[in-house]
Amino acid sequence: MREVSRDRIKAFLTLLPSIVLIGIFVYGFIGNTIWISLTDWGGVAALAEHPVKHFIGIQNYVDLFTGFLEGRFRQDMVNAVFYSVSLLAGAVGLGMFIAILLDRKPKGEDFLRTVFLYPMSLSFIVSGTIWRWMLAPQGGVNILPTYAGFKPLTFKWLSAKTTVLAFNWQNLLQIGLYLVAVITIIIGFIVYRNSRSKSVKWLAIGALSGLTAWIGGDMLPKALILEEIHGFNLATLGIIMATIWQYSGYTMALYLAGFNGISQDLHDAAMLDGASTSAYYTHIAIPMLKPITISAVIILSHISLKMFDLIFSMTGPDNAETGHPALNMYLTTFRANEFARGASIAIVLFLLAATFIIPYLITQYKQRRTR
Amino acid sequence: MKSKVNIKTVSYYATLGILVIFFLMPAYMAVVTALKQPGDITLPTSWDLPATLNWASFSEAFAMLRPNLVNSFILTICATAGSTILGSLNGYVFSKWKFKGSEIIFTLFLFGMFIPYQVILIPLFQTLRAMNLYGGLPGLILAHIVYGLPITSLIFRNFYAQIPDSLIESARLDGAGFFSVYLKLVFPLSIPGFVVTSLWQFTQIWNEFLWAITLTRHSENPITVGLANLAGGQAVSWNLPMAGSIMAALPVLCIYIFLGRYFIRGLLAGSVKE
Repeated sequence: MREVSRDRIKAFLTLLPSIVLIGIFVYGFIGNTIWISLTDWGGVAALAEHPVKHFIGIQNYVDLFTGFLEGRFRQDMVNAVFYSVSLLAGAVGLGMFIAILLDRKPKGEDFLRTVFLYPMSLSFIVSGTIWRWMLAPQGGVNILPTYAGFKPLTFKWLSAKTTVLAFNWQNLLQIGLYLVAVITIIIGFIVYRNSRSKSVKWLAIGALSGLTAWIGGDMLPKALILEEIHGFNLATLGIIMATIWQYSGYTMALYLAGFNGISQDLHDAAMLDGASTSAYYTHIAIPMLKPITISAVIILSHISLKMFDLIFSMTGPDNAETGHPALNMYLTTFRANEFARGASIAIVLFLLAATFIIPYLITQYKQRRTR
Repeated sequence: MKSKVNIKTVSYYATLGILVIFFLMPAYMAVVTALKQPGDITLPTSWDLPATLNWASFSEAFAMLRPNLVNSFILTICATAGSTILGSLNGYVFSKWKFKGSEIIFTLFLFGMFIPYQVILIPLFQTLRAMNLYGGLPGLILAHIVYGLPITSLIFRNFYAQIPDSLIESARLDGAGFFSVYLKLVFPLSIPGFVVTSLWQFTQIWNEFLWAITLTRHSENPITVGLANLAGGQAVSWNLPMAGSIMAALPVLCIYIFLGRYFIRGLLAGSVKE
């Protein structure tokens, strides 16, 4: 028995260096960034041996969301939201579509899989460089229609100034409430089939926040003194397209692995019962692969939140139309030496990521324990 | 059977064909542009095949990017080796020597893989400066080893879960201790695990850009930064960035094309699904 306990100590000691490293480099550093974000570290002497820092509370965050000078950060946040949503819809949708096509085992399946997945192995700098050339205004993608006898496109992929779905940042609270209303009411209708009481609760929350926003109207507190318009910058479309090109292969691989895991018997049984191919996927295969969809959504949102390389290489760091908080953090910190402000942007990104990663890891942890 | 060639099959293969074209378009564009004479590169003719082949773009781009490629190979090989070996030992403990709280520690490890790295960038920069490692490759290698630990530990933990516990038990009854079980039994069985993990790490580290640009001096820049500088520079004709892109992509593309099976396993492991 003494041997066993000594082995246990050896096992723990083997793990210890990694625990210490992760403890410092992940958790210690996150704590340190939170602290930096609450100071005024920055300016000309920021890189001195012992830079002067004063505690200023949450002033950096207040400035980011309501400060007069940080309008660019707010547009970056709006960009990031539209970017994430489009990437999720595009990459999950296209990946699932390709996986369903390949699940029919076409001729040359191996070749096709290789073609759809190779972008995933490339660096964002490589794909960004190539896509930048493809999206040049008078060439590449824009002249493709001429080969089919149409007029060339004139869209300025990476520098268009057009904004759609514009809204006034002043009304952030009102818009937020409307969004909550729409989402909870949709959830309410979805769960209606399973549980009436739960559905009623969701619908009630939705109705309440919708009403508050509608009745409150102009009386709700304003986020800014002046009007400030933000919206979906169409210049980000090129970046969205390049990211979908690079990542749909990934979701395809996830779904293909999932489809292969579903037993052939189940597939045959469904077909014998007269299910059409589309019914098989929409009612049996895709619902069975819900854990895969969740994994894909988590990982893609994580990627879209830290998107830095691709935008850097496609448009250069200073293109305001295609800005992103991850890029803004880099410029604020290492170009402008505003370390505290950069840290607060990083913490905003981190909190966004944490809201869906922590629940995900907790469910994974519980699943492992019950096994 | 011949009558099976109906509209459905035709449209099925046509859809696949369109998708293939969409996915190969950028690769075609890169190769065609890299092989053109700089003077022949114009926007309206960007899809045309080169009139005469110009292989000089590759030697020219190689001359510019050679220091970056050397840096990247040193960085990638050292950091891949370090994080893979540590990950294997961690995975062994997490899977075969579970102790009270080891699952929680494992979950806390995994969290490190999902953080946006911007959130640790400033303290990392400060720490490397304080350790006199800022600007050079050793600091970057250290960062890649540490932040590689979650994914490598995860892949090895799942890999070792396939080794039956009874095998470990009988080895221990024969008197083998913690390290001899690892060296004589687990390690020889884990060659595929090492292949999957090191290919994954190689690709990730080779392609990384954020730390590369913030933590290294000009002379120590890895290939991604070298390529970004080459492509971002003013008035460079496009054959050079395209040739550079192909060169920067080649090592990882080779891994992917020739060892794709292992690469996909790493990819699927990254989604935490067991």
